[in-house]
Amino acid sequence: MFEDLIYVLTKYDSWLWQGFLLTLQLLAVSVVFGTLIAIPLAVARVSKLIWVQALPFAFIYVFRGTPLIAQLFMMYYGCGQLIANIEGIQDHWSWTYLRDPYWYCLLTFVLNTAAYMAEIMRGGIQNVPNGEIEAARACGMAPATIYRRIIFPRMWQIIWPAYTNDVIFTLKATSLASTVTMMELTGAARKIVARTALPYEAFISAGVIYLIIVYVLTFGFKGIEKHLRRNENRKENKSVPAKAGGHI
Amino acid sequence: MRIGQARNNKNFQQGTFYLDMSTNIPALKVEGMFKSFGEHEVLKGIDLTANTGDVISIIGSSGSGKSTFLRCINLLETPNSGAVHVHGELIKMRELKDGSQEPADKKQLQRIRTKLAMVFQSFNLWSHLTILENVIEAPVHVLGIPKKEAIERADALLHKVGMYERRDYYPGHISGGQQQRAAIARALAIEPEVLLFDEPTSALDPELVGEVLHVMTGLAEEGRTMLVVTHEMGFAKGVSSHVMYLHQGRVEEFGAPKEIFENPKSERMKQFLQRDF
Repeated sequence: MFEDLIYVLTKYDSWLWQGFLLTLQLLAVSVVFGTLIAIPLAVARVSKLIWVQALPFAFIYVFRGTPLIAQLFMMYYGCGQLIANIEGIQDHWSWTYLRDPYWYCLLTFVLNTAAYMAEIMRGGIQNVPNGEIEAARACGMAPATIYRRIIFPRMWQIIWPAYTNDVIFTLKATSLASTVTMMELTGAARKIVARTALPYEAFISAGVIYLIIVYVLTFGFKGIEKHLRRNENRKENKSVPAKAGGHI
Repeated sequence: MRIGQARNNKNFQQGTFYLDMSTNIPALKVEGMFKSFGEHEVLKGIDLTANTGDVISIIGSSGSGKSTFLRCINLLETPNSGAVHVHGELIKMRELKDGSQEPADKKQLQRIRTKLAMVFQSFNLWSHLTILENVIEAPVHVLGIPKKEAIERADALLHKVGMYERRDYYPGHISGGQQQRAAIARALAIEPEVLLFDEPTSALDPELVGEVLHVMTGLAEEGRTMLVVTHEMGFAKGVSSHVMYLHQGRVEEFGAPKEIFENPKSERMKQFLQRDF
C-alpha cells in the first residue's frame, strides 16, 4: 500500500503540483473578487430603499439557493453553449478564452462566493452598534466616511470567523471545477485514478494537500483575527507583571 | 461675572471661539420644534435660545422628551417641524410628500454637526480605536486637520479631561467614567460651538459620576455653550446658567436655576423637585 502511495506521489507529483497551484489560483481569485463584489452587495442589502436592496437580494437568493454544481453546469454548458452557437465566434480571437472552462469556473465561483460573503457582511454591518454610528453622524461624518472608518473596520472584526469559514468552504467548492475538465487538485486525482487504478492513494494524496492548505489558511486567518480584534485583548495582561505567587 | 470669566479664558484669546460676543447672534436657536413617533407626540413646540457661554440644563421626568429634543437639534432624529439655527445659520429642511421633512442639504448638515458636538449616555466611543484615535478621528477625517496637529491638540484635550495616561487604551479596557471623559475629549476635538450632553452620567456607577461632572463643570467655567440633559440636580442647580423643565413635550418652566429651584411656579415642577434624586 505504501509503495503505491509513494509511486503515485513520485510518478505524478507534477500533476498534483499543477493541481495544487490551480486550486490555489481558483481559491484566491474567488475570494478576492468575491469579496470585492460582496461589499457593495452587502451595503445595498442594508439599504432602507426597497428598490436598492431588491436586486442584491434576488442575486444572493439565487446563488445561495441553488447547488453550486448546477450553477457551474448552467454557466459552462448553458452559457458556454449559447456563446459557441454565435455565428463566427469560433474564428474570433476571443474564442481561445470563451471555450476555456477556466473562465466559466472562475465566474461561477466568484459569484457564488460573493453571494455568501455578502450575506455574512450584511449581518456584520447590521451588528455594528448603532450608538457608534450615531456618534460618527453626530460629529459630521459623511456616510462614505462612516462606512470606511467605522462600519467596515467593525464589520471585519465581527465577521472574521464566519469569513474564514467561508474561505475554507470555497476551497472545497473549487473541487467541483474537476467536473468541467479542470485539472485542479481533485481533477488531478481523478486523472491519476484513471491512469493507475489506485483511487485510495490518489485521493489520499489530494486530501492531504487540501488539509495542508486548510491548516495554513486557518493559522493565517487566526493571526489576522488577533490583529483585527486587538482591542479585545486586555492590555494589562502584557504590561502588568503577575503578582508573586499568582501562578498556579 | 460668568461671561467675564469666559472672556478671560485662554481658549477665547486663542480664538477657539471665534464668535464676537457683541454681534449678539445666539449660538443656538430652536424655534417651534415638534416631533412625534407615530401617533405619539413627544415634542409639542419647543423654543430655545442659547447665547454663547450659556449652560442650559434640561430636566424633566423620563418620557418628557428631553433626550428627543437634544437629538432633534443635531438631527439624529428628524423633527416633524421646527427650525434650528446654529450661530445664525438655519439648517435647511425640505418638505416631503407625506408632510414630514428631511435635511435639504446633507453637506450643510454635516458642516453644522461639526459645530454641535454630542456626548452620549452610553459613551459610544468607537471600540476598534484607541482613546487617542477616537479623539483625532473627526478632526482628521471630517475637518481634514493634519494628523500630527490633531494628535497635539488631542493630547492637550486628554490632559484636560485627565485621560492622557490612558490614551493608548481601547474603550473596552477602561471604566465608564473614563470612557465618558474620553468621549468629552472627542466632542471637544472638533471645536464645537455648542456641546450637547445627553444624560452623560446616567449610565455610570454612582462613584464614577463625580469625575465626569467635574470635567463638565470645568467646561462650563471656561465659558463653553452647553446643553445638558441631566438628572443631576446638583449640576443643574450649581453649574448651569439656565434650567429648562420639560413636561410632556412642552417647556413647563425656564429660567435661572436659583428662581426655578427655590421658587418654582408650576405645580408639576414643584412635584418634580420633591422627588428624591
